[in-house]
Amino acid sequence: MSIEKTSETPQDAPAVENPEAAAAAVTAVDPRLLVREQGLTGYLGEFKRKMRAGELGSLPVIVGLVAICAIFQSLNSAFLSAQNLSDITVTMVGTGMISVGIVFVLLLGEIDLSVGSVSGAASALAAVFAVNQGWPEWLAVLVAVAAGAAIGAAHGFFFAVLGAPAFAVTLAGLLFWLGFMLQVLGANGTINLDSDGLIGQLTTYFFSDVAAAYGLAAVVVIVFFATSYVGNRRREAAGIPSRPLSETALRTGLLAVVAFAAAYMYNQYKGLPLATVIFLAFLVLTDFVLRRTAYGRKVFALGGSVEASRRAGINVTAVRISVFAISGFFAAVGGLFLASKIASANQSAGAGDLLMNAIAAAVIGGTSLFGGRGRTWNALLGVLVIVSIQYGLQLESIAEPVKYMITAGVLLTTVVIDSITRKTQKTAGRA
Amino acid sequence: MVHVSATPVLALRGVSKRFGAVQALTDVELEVHAGEVVALVGDNGAGKSTLVKTIAGVHPIDEGAIEWEGKPVQIGKPNDAQSLGIATVYQDLALCDNIDVVGNLFLGRELKKRGILDEVEMERRARELLTTLSIRIPSVRIPIASLSGGQRQTVAIARSMLGDPKLVILDEPTAALGVEQTAQVLDLVERLRERGHAVILISHNMADVKAVADKVAVLRLGRNNGVFEVKTTSQEEIISAITGATDNAVTRRAARTNGEVSK
Repeated sequence: MSIEKTSETPQDAPAVENPEAAAAAVTAVDPRLLVREQGLTGYLGEFKRKMRAGELGSLPVIVGLVAICAIFQSLNSAFLSAQNLSDITVTMVGTGMISVGIVFVLLLGEIDLSVGSVSGAASALAAVFAVNQGWPEWLAVLVAVAAGAAIGAAHGFFFAVLGAPAFAVTLAGLLFWLGFMLQVLGANGTINLDSDGLIGQLTTYFFSDVAAAYGLAAVVVIVFFATSYVGNRRREAAGIPSRPLSETALRTGLLAVVAFAAAYMYNQYKGLPLATVIFLAFLVLTDFVLRRTAYGRKVFALGGSVEASRRAGINVTAVRISVFAISGFFAAVGGLFLASKIASANQSAGAGDLLMNAIAAAVIGGTSLFGGRGRTWNALLGVLVIVSIQYGLQLESIAEPVKYMITAGVLLTTVVIDSITRKTQKTAGRA
Repeated sequence: MVHVSATPVLALRGVSKRFGAVQALTDVELEVHAGEVVALVGDNGAGKSTLVKTIAGVHPIDEGAIEWEGKPVQIGKPNDAQSLGIATVYQDLALCDNIDVVGNLFLGRELKKRGILDEVEMERRARELLTTLSIRIPSVRIPIASLSGGQRQTVAIARSMLGDPKLVILDEPTAALGVEQTAQVLDLVERLRERGHAVILISHNMADVKAVADKVAVLRLGRNNGVFEVKTTSQEEIISAITGATDNAVTRRAARTNGEVSK
């Protein structure tokens, strides 16, 4: 048995071919690694390599979004009008919020089928407390959202503690909370909300000051650049690889284009919608939690390997319950936005294609159905696709049945892309 | 020869363990010193895994005593073993495929700064650790899924080193590995010894045992069946102790003379 005593000697064939192997072996970096060049060339090279290896990330959905815009714009020039785009980004918030919760559950490799009913139940609760009981609206909203989280936690309890499959538990939840909502709404079936109240304003308030949209765009771009820059300086100081400044600048530039274009578009119509601001705030917050905190790391770990997580001392039960609570919370928040859009809580809330759209949005955006891969931003991209299609078809006066079929087609395409990229990633050793 | 301290890091004295009607371990004795690699061998069902699990705190012992650095201790749960300084690398590596190397190394004990993950410090320490162990992996920022089996094994072992344990237990670290990966893992085992860690190595592979172990402890049907110095013992002797061809000093001696004659 030959055992190398020193690491300075290259010990494998590929390494010998590489004259830099000896130097590289001293550090933890394998000489076989396709080290990216510094600067923009390296960035582009890395991008091409990722494409070939099947690490498509959000690219298919962005390409899809551009295609959708191009098609509908060519059919009807009203599609890319400020009013239509503004409407799309306000309407999408309800489904989008629910989808954020779905992303958390999908990261575990589980599914929550109850979110549609829970969103309906939460909006019914809020309406009953605010209108029928005469509570202040903020209190009703708080109670409804807390109830959503509690409902989710209850689902999580049956799944995590009692070991029932999440699919079955939340399927039961789907029925139960639908019944609960109908019960709460009572014989009348519809409770109208004050459209100038807190819930009503959720989707009708716009920051009409031109400075608001531009200001927010500027703040977002500056904060993004500052955090990237400071992070890279810290990495440089610690002597570990960091992004070149040109890459940070490129990313910031792209973000700035998107942010200011959106701000310009909003200012052409009513201004910056409150709903979109809240949605973006939740996205930033959840993305931060998932990628920058120990809790988020635990969620990803559970999606990767439950046994490994358990042995690493992670409280599997607690994380699972909390994820379902988060799902319930976002379902409730989404329910309030949906109720706000129609200014009432009614019996059809949470029914129809809402559940499917929320799950589809997460998956279309790039969250894996198999757990452990995804970001909450996926919910934004996915829901943009779905709602854009709905609005585009509406402009063309295409009927509901066809809408369902087209949305189904988009979902199927996405799932197929997900499966194919997973295969490519496996052959490229990345899954 | 590596310097071996007088008091063993870990000593098992007459350890017994029953599962229902099965007497899994009977009066097992085992000593491991700092800077020593003890190979634990035995046929399937000989009690190796059970013994390791009693040390790791998965199964508490029924009878006997465990001494840690000369003092009797109770190991009732995995946390007890960890706080003593025992790290176990199980056969199924318990890594998360979707998380990168740094994330896996620090899984469950992430470094934080004001409640936020301190990725920079974790990456710096991960590189430092991998460099000291001369572990070569493509990058510390790629997901575990893109590593080869041997690289995963080295990451799993490196992960056990983070708490700076005194005793590292490796459960069949070279099973299912290729020639080169096996050599890498054996390298790593030697480096652990050089750094003064005590190592218990479970293996079915006699070549590996001969290559890195200082002592071989044989288990047979839940009992000790001899502890051999690797340097002065032939492979045949160890194998016959494992299979039970020898049960006492006489047959062992006979086997040895036969072995020399046949050479």
